[in-house]
Amino acid sequence: MHLILFFLFAGFCLAGAINLLLQTHPINSALSLIVVMTSLAVLYLLLGAEFLAIAQIIVYSGAVMVLFTFVVMLLNAGREERTLGSRAATRIGFPAVVALFAVLATIFLHAQGLGAAHLGEGLSSAPGQSNLTLLSQILFHELLLPFEVTSVLILIAILGAVAIAHVEGSKMSSSERVAEK
Amino acid sequence: MNESAHLWLIPLFPFLGFLLNGILGSRLPRRLVSAIGVLAPLVSFVVVLSDFGATIITAASSCPNCGSVAALALPASETLSYPWLAIGALRVDFTFVLDQLSAVMLLVVTGVGFLIHVYSVGYMKDESGYARYFSFLNLFLFFMSVLVLAGNFLLMFVGWEGVGLASYLLIGFYFQRTSAADAGKKAFIVNRIGDFGFLIGIFLVLTTFSTLSFSQISVWLALSPDWHGTVLTVICLCLLVGAAGKSAQLPLYIWLPDAMEGPTPVSALIHAATMVTAGVYMIARTHLLFDRSPVALWTVAIVGAATALFAATIGLVQNDIKRVLAYSTISQLGYMFLACGVAAYSAAIFHLVMHAFFKALLFLAAGSVIHAMGGEQDLRKMGGLRTKMPVTFWTMTAAVVAIAGFPPFAGFFSKDPILYAAFLQGTGSKVLWLVGLVTALLTSLYMFRLWYLTFMGEPRSEAKHHHSTPLSMLVPLVILGILSVCGGWIGIERFSAYLAPVAAAHRPMPAGNPFLEFILTIVAVLVALEGWLIADKYYRRKPERPAQVAAALPNGYKLLLNKYYVDEIYGAIIVKPLLAFSKYVLGGVDLLLAGIAWLLAGIASMTGMILQRWQSGNLRSYAAWLAAGAAAVLLFLLLTGSPHAWSLPFFHSETIFKVSHITVIQNGQAGH
Amino acid sequence: MSFLQHDVPISWYLLLSAILFSLGVVGFLIKRNLITVFMSIELMLNAVNLSFVAFAYQWHEVRGQIFVFFVMMVAAAEAAVGLAIIIAVFRARSTLAVDRIDLMKL
Repeated sequence: MHLILFFLFAGFCLAGAINLLLQTHPINSALSLIVVMTSLAVLYLLLGAEFLAIAQIIVYSGAVMVLFTFVVMLLNAGREERTLGSRAATRIGFPAVVALFAVLATIFLHAQGLGAAHLGEGLSSAPGQSNLTLLSQILFHELLLPFEVTSVLILIAILGAVAIAHVEGSKMSSSERVAEK
Repeated sequence: MNESAHLWLIPLFPFLGFLLNGILGSRLPRRLVSAIGVLAPLVSFVVVLSDFGATIITAASSCPNCGSVAALALPASETLSYPWLAIGALRVDFTFVLDQLSAVMLLVVTGVGFLIHVYSVGYMKDESGYARYFSFLNLFLFFMSVLVLAGNFLLMFVGWEGVGLASYLLIGFYFQRTSAADAGKKAFIVNRIGDFGFLIGIFLVLTTFSTLSFSQISVWLALSPDWHGTVLTVICLCLLVGAAGKSAQLPLYIWLPDAMEGPTPVSALIHAATMVTAGVYMIARTHLLFDRSPVALWTVAIVGAATALFAATIGLVQNDIKRVLAYSTISQLGYMFLACGVAAYSAAIFHLVMHAFFKALLFLAAGSVIHAMGGEQDLRKMGGLRTKMPVTFWTMTAAVVAIAGFPPFAGFFSKDPILYAAFLQGTGSKVLWLVGLVTALLTSLYMFRLWYLTFMGEPRSEAKHHHSTPLSMLVPLVILGILSVCGGWIGIERFSAYLAPVAAAHRPMPAGNPFLEFILTIVAVLVALEGWLIADKYYRRKPERPAQVAAALPNGYKLLLNKYYVDEIYGAIIVKPLLAFSKYVLGGVDLLLAGIAWLLAGIASMTGMILQRWQSGNLRSYAAWLAAGAAAVLLFLLLTGSPHAWSLPFFHSETIFKVSHITVIQNGQAGH
Repeated sequence: MSFLQHDVPISWYLLLSAILFSLGVVGFLIKRNLITVFMSIELMLNAVNLSFVAFAYQWHEVRGQIFVFFVMMVAAAEAAVGLAIIIAVFRARSTLAVDRIDLMKL
């Protein structure tokens, strides 16, 4: 059962990722990315991280990707145009990626001491200790300070986003602004 | 009994004069500048005179109770307590030594120097670099006195170089004139060649004697009386090169005629009386070394005699009054070298002193003539000045007669001992005697030629300025004139006796013969008379004859007029190859260096151009390089990491501890 | 039957993570639209998250999951700011082509 589920959703991940690369219109890429994220959420469930699975769906698919989609539609981004490519990107980038992947794959496949994932088995074998309990115990005791700092970080991010995207003064649309320059 | 000689005062005052006039001179009034410039040598002269007087008293009266009179025993030396160089076994001090030789020399230097300073006040009255002139002149006196007083080779070399510097500064005094600037350079460079030989000599002295002090060298030499030959010969020959450069002997005399570009008092002081005699002084000072090397002595004598004849022949046909006097100086210096070469050092020094008197007088008088003629220096344009400049005429006559060697004037008393000593030396040296005799004839000839052309006959051109010569110029002329007349009356015997402690030769002198001496003296006087008669015939009675002779022997005349083309020969043999060498060989090196510089610059700029492409602003290339870098780092870690890199590197005990810690907590909380 | 009951080795999860990461880098390199490039970055982040969760499972260490939690938070904040920047850039340059935006000075 585990195997089938794994293959299925891993396949969705891969398909979504490859589709992201192949699509020319950014909205299609965004939608593919949503597929990837949701599949990843399922994979998290398979690995016994329930809270993270839900958080993935709520935060990533539900907020971040929606934000992406909004921006795509706001800026009216069209299909990708043929522009001057970067020779460095292809000539140096691809071999680099290949090398990167090769290294990672080598490490992962030859590592010793890696076991297997059993379905339904969580991180702890104690009863009554769900994944959420475990997580919150650490998060709100030891790592309380980083937690609070993260919330401040998000606040700053909000302020920053508003400040950057703010249009000064008039309510001209962006296209009118461009025509003015 | 031994009072301090205050030797350090002698160079001090000229040095102060140099500083004052050099730094503040342009802002001081002219009178003050003159006062400083003239007082400095005066004070030095007074100090020297008092020291000299003290030594005379000591020598004259060896009474036990002379305590009341301040007396000075020679040699008196003053040393600075801090050594100059103290490296290993070598120790060189700042030592001033006053002995008979340096006393005599200092008297000449400071005395004649003082007179010439006074003369300059009048001569340079209208010049613009007045303060600069006096500061350089004082600088010269400072270095010259250091040279004379030096107690070791190194300090003497300091003075040696310093007078070369002062000479350069003063020759190029009218530096706006290209010829003057070139002459200054020529003097300095040729001197430098001589100095190179001198330095080699000093190095050899150092390696041979492990000391540079004159007194210690004489001690060493006294310890081994049979030491002659090779090393000492080489040392002496090197020192001779230096002396030849400074004293304008063959082949390094070429700078002296050109040095006439400087003001006339400079020519009088530096290039007649004092600096050019430094070479003779040096040989006399180091005569103990020369005595040990017959080869070197012969070389000195031959060089001196050859130079004397050579220069006299050139001086015969020159038309510039100062050039004639310059070649005359070279010729007389040759006499002094000849004297040193036959080990008659006292005679050389005696001639040095006499020559200082009449040669300085000749130059100063010539300066007076030039001054009156408004800058005209060509003999062919002068004439008939006898009536117009009486003082100059009479003093110059005294000098001309003195240099020709007529008794009872100064030159007679100094030249004849030299010829006598040369005659006595041996069979070979009789040739030298003959050369000296012929040179005496030529000397008389060209000096009287100059005399006739300048003062006698009808004026060949209108003198431009007829203002009278100022007193400051006349008084030194008179004083030097008196000295030229009476100076020789001291007599060579008394002079040699005085100098004997320091300048006596250590070779046994051949037995003298008073009768022979008398005969030789008569011969010399007759020869001088003959020279006068020839000059009289050619330049007074039949003034058209010189031109006829010149026309009859055109090549010979041109050869002499052009100074045997020596300058041109040097130019072709030495200067041109050197320039070509520097252009092509060193030019090649230059090209190489330029090429290297260009290469380095090129590499830098090429690297810049290449690296500039990295900063393209293109996001994707940045991303590509990022990925490449990350891959490289990971590869590096993978390949050079721990031997257990294949196993997960983060699987170590700490994590296990944490894991067990948490399980304990969990277990604890679970109530186990 | 036994095939279906087979457990999935952790290394497969890790391999999947590696593949997703590499695909993210490739997307970063070849995509010409600024927003799509940003999406590739998100893909990379997710791949890393997966690997963290897998390791957390492997060693029964919940801190791995906590780290993933923080990564998600920071990624969300970053997405907000980044998209705001993209909007500002678009306003200045009126293009979203990555190759055309090559001057830092707007």
